[in-house]
Amino acid sequence: MTGTALPEWLAVVVAVLAVSGAGLSLLGAFGLVRLGSFYDRVHAPTLGATLGMALILIASWLYFGGAQGRWLPREALIAVFLTTTTPVTLILLARAALFRDRTERSEPDEKIVPAGAEANARRTLKGDAKTPPPD
Amino acid sequence: MSAIVLEWGLIAALILLGLAMACATFRIIRGPRAQDRVLGMDTLYLNGMLMAVVFGIRTGSDLYFEAALVIGMLGFAATVALAKFLMRGEVIE
Repeated sequence: MTGTALPEWLAVVVAVLAVSGAGLSLLGAFGLVRLGSFYDRVHAPTLGATLGMALILIASWLYFGGAQGRWLPREALIAVFLTTTTPVTLILLARAALFRDRTERSEPDEKIVPAGAEANARRTLKGDAKTPPPD
Repeated sequence: MSAIVLEWGLIAALILLGLAMACATFRIIRGPRAQDRVLGMDTLYLNGMLMAVVFGIRTGSDLYFEAALVIGMLGFAATVALAKFLMRGEVIE
């Protein structure tokens, strides 16, 4: 560990930022366990994906700048990438869940309609097409 | 003094992130439906990426940052592919 060159106030700031970011991530993951339905649960981990991620990346940036003198904006790569991709993934996941719920709820109706159409087609093949098809 | 504060703070952050990963693993194992498991996997790789960044601060090396970048990109691709699979039944149409 090479934290000796770091000034003391900066070390305290880095530790506080890292602990609060990790605590926010834990809060989001705890919401993933506690909340009731999937549509509640899909909101919980975004707490760690936005603010927790930003705090930990700021801590990393301050540490590498203060201890090794390299003030590179490397962490902005992860920050920009995650900020653009997290809404996309969660919207795709919520739409997939909504699609699955809707198809499962309307599944009995869809099973009745093809069965009736199949029975009508079979009756037409047998030759008694004059009888009206039942509703 | 500053080294002690930084050391214990980073250890506490690693423990908190490990607990978050345990919560995500619980949701993967327990999750009543497939979308809950995919959401748990999303949270799991995100917290693993943050843990790699904190490891990078703790050791002062650059390698963990690149590992975190790769984990973030692959996790995004995995979650999008799984969401497409849940919706359509296949990934590439």
